[in-house]
Amino acid sequence: MMDVAVAEGNFAPGHDEAKRARTLRRFRIGDATFKAITQGAAIAVLILLAGVIIALIHGSLPAWKAFGFGFLTSQSWNPVTDKFGALPAIYGTLLTSFIAMLIGVPVSLGIAIFLTEICPQRLRRTIGIAIELLAGIPSIIYGIWGLFVFAPWFQTHVQPFLIDAFAKIPLLNQLFAGPPYGIGLLTAGLILAVMVLPFITSITREVFDTVPPVLKEAAYGVGCTRWEVMKRVVIPYTRVGIIGGVMLGLGRALGETMAVTFVIGNAHRIATSVMAPGTTISASIANEFTEAVGDLYTSSLIALGLILFFITFVVLAFARLMLLRIERKAGK
Amino acid sequence: MALNNTKALYARRRWRNKVATVLSIGAAGFGLTWLVLILLVLIIKGVGGLSLAVFTEMTPPPGSAGGLLNPIVGSLILTVIAVAIGTPLGILAGTYMAEYGRYSKLTSVVRFINDILLSAPSIVVGLFVYEIMVAQMGHFSAWAGAVALAIIVIPVVVRTTEDMLLLIPNTLREASSALGVPRWLVIRYVAYRAARAGMVTGVLLAIARITGETAPLLFTALNNQFFSWDLNAPMSSLPVVIFQFALSPYDDWQQLAWTGAFLITVAVLGLSILARVLSSKKVAQ
Repeated sequence: MMDVAVAEGNFAPGHDEAKRARTLRRFRIGDATFKAITQGAAIAVLILLAGVIIALIHGSLPAWKAFGFGFLTSQSWNPVTDKFGALPAIYGTLLTSFIAMLIGVPVSLGIAIFLTEICPQRLRRTIGIAIELLAGIPSIIYGIWGLFVFAPWFQTHVQPFLIDAFAKIPLLNQLFAGPPYGIGLLTAGLILAVMVLPFITSITREVFDTVPPVLKEAAYGVGCTRWEVMKRVVIPYTRVGIIGGVMLGLGRALGETMAVTFVIGNAHRIATSVMAPGTTISASIANEFTEAVGDLYTSSLIALGLILFFITFVVLAFARLMLLRIERKAGK
Repeated sequence: MALNNTKALYARRRWRNKVATVLSIGAAGFGLTWLVLILLVLIIKGVGGLSLAVFTEMTPPPGSAGGLLNPIVGSLILTVIAVAIGTPLGILAGTYMAEYGRYSKLTSVVRFINDILLSAPSIVVGLFVYEIMVAQMGHFSAWAGAVALAIIVIPVVVRTTEDMLLLIPNTLREASSALGVPRWLVIRYVAYRAARAGMVTGVLLAIARITGETAPLLFTALNNQFFSWDLNAPMSSLPVVIFQFALSPYDDWQQLAWTGAFLITVAVLGLSILARVLSSKKVAQ
């Protein structure tokens, strides 16, 4: 086409052809440059991740050298004698996240069911936005609120009641043994539960929307109740997506720092009672890192960070794979 | 007999349905209650401490009155630098993923990794920046804090840029390509302009995200009791001051922490609502 245009052109061939070639060359170079720059930026994201892993491994080397894999199973955390072990922090991280999931998952599913099936259309948007705003509140706000408002209330109104109620039941009386401090593993788990609610809810809502209306209508058509449609059609259809959403929430809970740091009590020990103070990986780092003196102390905290990164990476990668699967299903 | 059975079954099914309905309404009520409770306490405790002094005076030594001027300015400086570093990188990477490399292997890998970075624990980002900057330079600095925040900005911007560019109809790009416009100019003058509102939304969301970030600043920018423009020195920031003051035993400090918490929440909610309004306008078009 362009050749024709040149051949029939009203302009003088020699001079303008050179100009055109120059312009075309500029276009090509510009395009190649811009592509290279954007590609470089995309690769930079990968380098960032690699950099994080390398920096954490490098920083934690002294701790691994000193303690070996015993670091993962040791319970001692003593800056004076320079003996460090990660087990209490790992235990606290897993336990608080478990409590958060135990409460957060059913409630999130309930909210998502409410928003997609029960709620009047007019309120749906408003409540949906309100729940998502909950996700935007910074974690430090949950922390300060948990410390000054929730923990004192929990200490005087709920914990004594729990201690009394389970006092005579074996095993449970160990789990809910006093004294009621207010702060502790259970409190941290509850605050985390509120924090993960909006994340799990919004993803569950999205995957519920991927269910083809025909499926639901067919189920209603043969006389199913709303609950039966949810339980036998919607939830089985979206199972993979729900698992993805739950794992994403779990990833958040595991790595959450500030909300937990305020209310966990920062005690490096494994208590049988969930009401006792404990610590999590992120809370230990936040509390102690700036005060850590000595290479081994710092390095042990970085090693904790590496463990946390590894755990959350696995959980989040799994969550993404699950969500990818349901996206493909919806795309078909 | 058979009729009775059917009736009983029907009653049971209806009852189950009712229980499930009540439970999910209860769940929604539970979630909303927390939101209301948190906001209510913040307003009551935060507004009480709000005064002109908060915006004009420095953070006080324990036991005396003061304001939050240096942490407010510090937070603004850190945010501006973080956005200035993170946004271009994020937009460029998002551009590659949506335009040049839409179907390439690299894109799917980057998307996967980016989604993980998006929800990776922010305290780990702090450790990373500590290792590469603070430990190398030998001291805490505002630069380190800004870089840590920038690392949190990048995945948010990458994600929204890619999503928004993918929403632009291909016919627009094809029309300009048919005129002989090279790819990079199509992206600059067509794709970016069409996706502008969405990309701005992404940046706003990123700012909202870093406004309340505390963990990555704790051992990068650290804290500074005094007003400072020096980017090579530790710098005060609102979240870190809230953390420090809230855990202190002094009433004045705790009150300032609540006021700071109130300010941050207002800023974050304001930004999220603004982003929402912008993106819904985009849809309306």
